[in-house]
Amino acid sequence: MSKITIPFGPQHPALKEPENFMLVLEGEQITSAGINLGYNHRGMEKAAEERTYLQDLYLIERVCGICSHSHTTCYITNVEELAKCETPKRALAIRTLIGELERVHSHLLWLGVAGYEMGFETLFMYTWRDREQVLDCLELLSGNRVHYSINTIGGVRRDITAEQKTEVKKRINYLMERTNYYIKLATEEPTVLARTQKVGKLPLDVAIERGAVGPTARASGLARDVRKDEPYLIYNELDFKVITHNTCDVFGRLVVRALELVESYKMIHQVIDNLPEGPIAVKVPMKIAPGEAVNHYEAPRGEDIHYLKSNGTDKPERLKVRAPTLANLQSVAYMMEGGWLADVPLVIAAIDPCMSCTDRAAVWDAKKGKTEVYSWEEMRKMGIEHYKRRGVDFSKL
Amino acid sequence: MDSIFPSLAYLLIFPGFLFLAVYGLFLQWVDRKLCAVMQNRMGPPWFQGYADFIKLLAKEVIVPDEASGTMFRVLPFFAMAAVMTALVSIPVWGHALYSFQGDMVAVIYLLTIPTVTFFLAGWSSSSPYATVGSMRVLTQLFAYEVPLMLSLIGPAILAGTWNITEISAFFAANPSLIPAQILGFAAALIALQGKLERMPFDIPHAKNEIVGGQFTEYSGRLFGFFCLAVDMELVVGAALLNAVFLGGALGFHGAAGVAMFLGKTLFITFLLALLKVLMARIRIEQMINFCWKYLAPVAMAQVIFDIFLKARLG
Repeated sequence: MSKITIPFGPQHPALKEPENFMLVLEGEQITSAGINLGYNHRGMEKAAEERTYLQDLYLIERVCGICSHSHTTCYITNVEELAKCETPKRALAIRTLIGELERVHSHLLWLGVAGYEMGFETLFMYTWRDREQVLDCLELLSGNRVHYSINTIGGVRRDITAEQKTEVKKRINYLMERTNYYIKLATEEPTVLARTQKVGKLPLDVAIERGAVGPTARASGLARDVRKDEPYLIYNELDFKVITHNTCDVFGRLVVRALELVESYKMIHQVIDNLPEGPIAVKVPMKIAPGEAVNHYEAPRGEDIHYLKSNGTDKPERLKVRAPTLANLQSVAYMMEGGWLADVPLVIAAIDPCMSCTDRAAVWDAKKGKTEVYSWEEMRKMGIEHYKRRGVDFSKL
Repeated sequence: MDSIFPSLAYLLIFPGFLFLAVYGLFLQWVDRKLCAVMQNRMGPPWFQGYADFIKLLAKEVIVPDEASGTMFRVLPFFAMAAVMTALVSIPVWGHALYSFQGDMVAVIYLLTIPTVTFFLAGWSSSSPYATVGSMRVLTQLFAYEVPLMLSLIGPAILAGTWNITEISAFFAANPSLIPAQILGFAAALIALQGKLERMPFDIPHAKNEIVGGQFTEYSGRLFGFFCLAVDMELVVGAALLNAVFLGGALGFHGAAGVAMFLGKTLFITFLLALLKVLMARIRIEQMINFCWKYLAPVAMAQVIFDIFLKARLG
């Protein structure tokens, strides 16, 4: 049978963000797959160097729409480490609470997306309806549904009242009930099993070799979880299990995420019941002492790493974000090869990709054979010239 | 003139082209609304199907340079004509316009033509998604066609005729035999779902995998007529199942017969919508396995059961 090449993206109904996968097909089976990144570069790391630490907080929040709290918490831990500030215990607990609520909302969202990609729209509609409950909780606690902005340097912005506690607990109990139903559905419904079992295989050794993180790694039997390996916030005081599964396929990833939801509900109850008393924030000076800091955080999609370098001013010298999708993308090509075309959307969705968090740009001069670093002024000049050639003048801005 | 005019009205107005188009778009809405309600959504308003069709009629038709022009343009009309012709032999109330011994085979044949036009549509647009889609259309045809035919043979054997109108009259006369056809009816319903390319068998135009499948390159009027043909096929398919398995109008005539037809096609649409929301889309190779391993034997079991029943009844 002759081979045909199918472009999967950058514009494709299965992809929510522009990325390109070139699939070589033999009939319905994939013989090789190539990934092209870089359609969604936003220059955030560079932009962060031009803003103060506090302004950066709101910029970093917008790295990702789903794990916004993960990125800010990781960033702020770096800032607080460099500023040597003692963050109050109550603030750390509130950050943990929001972090787990965010995980619940992310995993429910993923469950819906997985349902949609396998052509099970009812599951998609149901999970997204139930996800509204946790979004309401987040709105109740932080005032916002998506970019919660609960963090501030030195603590959190808002305290939690007794009424809020009961309301959140009520909604979490409802979600617990629904999640048990979804676990039953995912492990018993024949078409779901047919579509997920033995699909997108990622054996343990390959998962380790390609550096898979988060639920993708845990579904391959690799118990890798920052919350347990190197506890941050108040995770060392919480009682929870690291969920792993050994089927190494999309079904495993489905089960891991569903069971992690249950763990998160447990943690939310624990945090709410044992919320420490005290202030929610301390004052931190605008200027941060020079130094470097690296921290990681278990985002819903896996390990998120932030690097921060300060030079003693109120703006960072360098900020580097390694989003979990970048770590997991290496495994996607492996998982697709030899599989069916029909499984491609599901395999891609199974790592819960967030492409715009991942895309970075590097300048490689082919003539000189070396990489280059542009300064902010140079990049601004280039942008202005680029638009001037297209008839728009931004030089006065 | 006296004999031609009623036939012409039958072909063009009721229950021919006009009724089929209006009712087809209505059933599309019923299907979408039912799915929406079952999925906890609002669903579209009743005129959505009509509005979409009118909108598509007004849109520009784009024919890709690579596509074979004439073929690309005539296929939607071919599909629609075949579906409309099939209705001529299916009794809507009482009896069909033109029924003859063996018209069931002709109807099955006519209902295969739209599927073949889908394949040709995808193939002649020569884009990668459409090509994969059209290959899937043909593969899927070989999966559901046999169970569908087998399940229709059972009632034919029992009634001892290949005439749809007579089969329908037979079951109307012996309503107690209708429940005995439950297995065959279920098999035919699932095969019809495959024929109409609806979830979980919408594999040829699975949007997450191959965008629009065989219709990827179609737009405007041509796409509108393809959609209309699919909606009409839903009506004709439901009418066929109603006539063969459920005794058609059950001996009612006139307005009562039409009401019977509408009620039962709505019921079949409800069953099809239920199938649609209950499952995830399966892969093409799983579809073939399922149709040959489970669906065809079930349909065959019904045929054998009907042969024995026929011998018992004399």
